[in-house]
Amino acid sequence: MIEIENLSHQIGGKPILSGIDLTLPTGGVTALIGPNGAGKSTLLKLISRHLSLQSGAVALDGVSLASIPADQLALKLATVSQEVGVASRLRIKDLVAFGRWPHTKGRPDKADHYVVDRTLQKFGLVDLQNRFLDEVSGGQRQRAFVAMAYAQDTDWLLLDEPLNNLDLVHARALMAELKRMALEDEKSIVIVLHDLNYAVAWADRIVGLRGGQLEMSGKVKTVATSEILSALYETKIEVEDTASGRRVWYYS
Amino acid sequence: MPDKRLLWLGSGLVAATALYLLWGLGGRVWFILELRGIKLAGLVLVGIAVAFATVLFQTLSGNRILTPAIMGFDALFLLVQASLVLSLGGFGYAQLPSVLLFGVNSGAMMWASVLLFAAVLHRARHDIQLMILVGVVFGLMFRSLTSFIQRLIAPSEFAMIQGAMFAQFSGINRVELRAASLLLLMVLIWLWPRMAVLDVVALGRAPARSLGLDYDRVQMQMLCVIAALVSVSTALVGPITFLGLLVASLTHTLMRTHRHALLLPASALIAAIILVSGQAVFERVLRMQSTLTVVIEFVGGLLFLYLLARGKLR
Repeated sequence: MIEIENLSHQIGGKPILSGIDLTLPTGGVTALIGPNGAGKSTLLKLISRHLSLQSGAVALDGVSLASIPADQLALKLATVSQEVGVASRLRIKDLVAFGRWPHTKGRPDKADHYVVDRTLQKFGLVDLQNRFLDEVSGGQRQRAFVAMAYAQDTDWLLLDEPLNNLDLVHARALMAELKRMALEDEKSIVIVLHDLNYAVAWADRIVGLRGGQLEMSGKVKTVATSEILSALYETKIEVEDTASGRRVWYYS
Repeated sequence: MPDKRLLWLGSGLVAATALYLLWGLGGRVWFILELRGIKLAGLVLVGIAVAFATVLFQTLSGNRILTPAIMGFDALFLLVQASLVLSLGGFGYAQLPSVLLFGVNSGAMMWASVLLFAAVLHRARHDIQLMILVGVVFGLMFRSLTSFIQRLIAPSEFAMIQGAMFAQFSGINRVELRAASLLLLMVLIWLWPRMAVLDVVALGRAPARSLGLDYDRVQMQMLCVIAALVSVSTALVGPITFLGLLVASLTHTLMRTHRHALLLPASALIAAIILVSGQAVFERVLRMQSTLTVVIEFVGGLLFLYLLARGKLR
């Protein structure tokens, strides 16, 4: 469980987040949504400690996040950042293997190689495993970084807009994989999403931010209504149920 | 089982060493061998220092065309030296024992660079690109301050600094060599168990931190190590900037790996081969009619451009 208490954050004197009180329960997929500049990524970075706390508190399973040493935190919580650019000549296989670093500190054994191989299979990267990162497409690179976080084998997985650069086949496959991880591996997943349809279709809970304020949070079924989402985005958003029973959102 | 390419490079260095030591040997063999041995040790030491400093700096900056010289590391070294001459006077400076001078130089250099970059990094919110930009500005400032100091001091003292400003391999001081090898040894002992950490650093700040690495502390330590390495090479022979760039590109092209356990030894071997064989050619063929850096920069520059044009450099 991640508890966020009275969290505020400023960048360059401008408030990005103000007075966020939020509890992310263990298990399931939680989608962070909201218009651009709402503070979604900042919130994720504060939870993952990529930014240091200015005011307020974040606690992981009752322990203040600031008091957990970095190498311990990496065993509990993995992050996939939005901007990924690696300068060194790195093969996809090696990148995924870096996910085992918090466990091995650079000395992988047989079990680690097994985890890496299984991860490569899961994310459909086996054919690409010997390609260099700068020789594959942006979407493939994105998938490799998610696979690396998966190989880290943590209870919590935080992803900042992982669907960027992904075509609909791979975006859907990634969401399905995350959902499966939440259900079968009992992982807790927090994901920043832009596409409402993915959020509503795959997430268990939705947290909506606007202008640095918490607008709404709750189960998808209760909060994903036309009125609440229209208010969040200040755009008319219509709901329609398709013949197959799927709920879709239209905005124009 | 060591990497095959490292073995090849190792035998290349052995061949270059033999060439340098034995080519044109005659007369008082042991005397000549001793002289050449000292020079050889200096060349190898400088090769290791330059190669490591550049590879580490490129790992830290996530950029393949930067060298520590861009950040003004060697300019800082010259400034420290010029300030010493200014404050102690030419006589006082010359009176300092070589070891003490070397210690003061490297110590001041490491202290200043850590202080400087710690302050800049903190302000720049850990943005290495911004830090490099600030480093370029500082480098310019160091260079102008050095030339300002040179205007303040007497011409004879000026000559002392000038000796340090241009790379030369002929006058390697035996005491300095010992001090430099001690410092280099300390750096190597520090680096050895951290090769895998460097691989993680190369991923960049966000992924490295996500993997539980205390990136900011490692970054500071690496800057300190780079400062030490630059002071080793600059103190021994003066600033040689291009060699590092050439060596780092050749290393990455040859090794095609991200593992520093392979990259660092390979870069040191390549640098040593270039320096030793270059010096052999320079002494025996060109009869010392130029300086080694000119030879290296000319031939190396041509090679660099050729590889770049052929798209072989990665």
